[in-house]
Amino acid sequence: MSTTTVTETAHVAHEPSPTEPAPTESPGRRLAVAFAGSKLALVGLGVLVLLVLAAVFAPWLAPQNPYDSSILDIMNGRLEPGAVTMDGATRFLLGSDPQGRDVLSAILYGLRISLLVGFGTTAIALVIGGTAGLLAAYVGGRVEAVIMRLVDLQLSFPASLIALMLVAVTGPGLGKVMFAIVAVQWAYHARTIRSAALVERQKEYIEAARSMGLSRMRIMFGHLLPNSLPPLMVVAALNIATAISLESTLSFLGVGTPLNEPSLGRLVANGYEYMLSGQYWMSVFPGVALVLIIVAINVIADRMREVMNPRLQK
Amino acid sequence: MLVYALRRAIPALITMLAMVVIVFIGTHVMGNPVDVLGAPDLSQEERAAMASRMGLDRPLLAQFGHFVANAAQGDLGSSFVHGTPALSLIAKRLPATLELAVCAILLALVLGIPLGLLAGLRPDSAAGKLIMSGSILGFSLPTFWIGMMFILLFSVTLGWFPAGGRGATQSLLGLDVSFLSIDGLRRLALPALTLALYKLALVIRLAQSGTREVVRQDYIRNARAKGLTETRVVFVHVLKNIAIPIVTVLGLEFGSLIAFSVVTETVFSWPGMGKLLIDSIMRSDRPVIVAYMLVTVVMFITINLAVDIVYSLLDPRVRLKAAGA
Repeated sequence: MSTTTVTETAHVAHEPSPTEPAPTESPGRRLAVAFAGSKLALVGLGVLVLLVLAAVFAPWLAPQNPYDSSILDIMNGRLEPGAVTMDGATRFLLGSDPQGRDVLSAILYGLRISLLVGFGTTAIALVIGGTAGLLAAYVGGRVEAVIMRLVDLQLSFPASLIALMLVAVTGPGLGKVMFAIVAVQWAYHARTIRSAALVERQKEYIEAARSMGLSRMRIMFGHLLPNSLPPLMVVAALNIATAISLESTLSFLGVGTPLNEPSLGRLVANGYEYMLSGQYWMSVFPGVALVLIIVAINVIADRMREVMNPRLQK
Repeated sequence: MLVYALRRAIPALITMLAMVVIVFIGTHVMGNPVDVLGAPDLSQEERAAMASRMGLDRPLLAQFGHFVANAAQGDLGSSFVHGTPALSLIAKRLPATLELAVCAILLALVLGIPLGLLAGLRPDSAAGKLIMSGSILGFSLPTFWIGMMFILLFSVTLGWFPAGGRGATQSLLGLDVSFLSIDGLRRLALPALTLALYKLALVIRLAQSGTREVVRQDYIRNARAKGLTETRVVFVHVLKNIAIPIVTVLGLEFGSLIAFSVVTETVFSWPGMGKLLIDSIMRSDRPVIVAYMLVTVVMFITINLAVDIVYSLLDPRVRLKAAGA
């Protein structure tokens, strides 16, 4: 760890920063500069931004609308990457699936669903788990006992197993999968913010706020929450990747997103049987997109942890 | 001690009961098995007869009471699909899953400890950095994707290993096992490695951080000063001291391996209990789903309870703190 810090600071020094290397920087800017000190993290951020943009603008970027079955021609099924249709009108850059659907278009639309699940479930789990963890740390007593018992119970089982059981119960579907993921992930957020908030609440500014007669709500959300955020943000970033991975796993097992709204995991599953006969593109390209998102987010989160760790700051 | 064990066992039992209720009620909201199993042209009367044969026409509470009474005697109902008792169906599939899980644990240890040792002894070398970045991939990549890439590379492209299935098994002490024949080993290799990767990453991380800590200790300096060879220092003194936490953590993780095997077994068509679960979900075969969940929950709670009690035996402070609280 110590050596990486040295090379990073050296790297920051090389960076020509024409804006302002002023000594009185805002914390946000300081963190951003520190984050940019790692080339790998910047690449990860770049990849993530590109993928998010591709997902947002999918309807304009995709060569065809993969959900519009009227334009699909089964004669174009399972064409190799780069193949051109009989009439020469369409080119399948990444090949086509058995229904004659363009794999590239399916990936762009699948990306939207995977990212929606990742960011959506994390946002909801963050609100639920964050509130529960803050309550546990600030109120204490029986509230804390109940919340943390629940968290411990959940964390003693693997997340994938609980999610699988929940989906087995509720049945497949985008909303149900998101519900299952939120149900397993809130506990991670609750545990993280509780331990951060327990440390923060001992500090003087909370005592000062309390002696000023501020309301509980105001102290919890106006003072305790912002100061407990850094570790929570790292966990949340990691959880985006975990949620995407979990959703793709459920979809691969056939209990995730429905066939008519395929996420990346579902696309991989759909192409799986053809992969065994060497027609790899239907499975491999959606999988590569999936792996790119997951690795990019992990690299970013890893860097965030390094940057935000007070022990590593000078 | 007995008081402490009982104190830990009661919440475990409550957890188990809560899981039973959740699982049972949940599975009864799921699709109607008559629609799934009956022929589409069944008349209304035939459908009703089928439902009553399965006990589906009684109120939920009565079904639940019946279920609990039977479960206490080890009868979790019969599979709608196979017509055989759900529990014996799972028991028949359990050896395949256990074999996979044990092989995965062994692989994780045999590969992970040397790699972690290397990365811990030379943290700044290219190899050390490569191993540690590789372990991040092991943590973050979805298991099904890793398995598929193994199949694409080693089965489809290179043709070294079969892509799936368990093949013929041999009988060892009444259990069906694969590892006694060459064909069985070849079939076991890819799924076991896939299942092992996540734990392998964990072992590497534990071994690496353990090694970095241990090599700084006085007894290592002392061993070197005594003139012991480097091999002896590493393989006796360092290895012994990093092994304890690794083995403890892996013991705890064994339950989660069984859970993870759901994905691996599906990718490789391995006929274990995870594959059985997925097949049963697809066919709404409720008794088997319920039985799987109960078996898994009991296994998990037992492992956690055992680890809790062993900890308290090793470290009395845990026990005293719990008694004081």
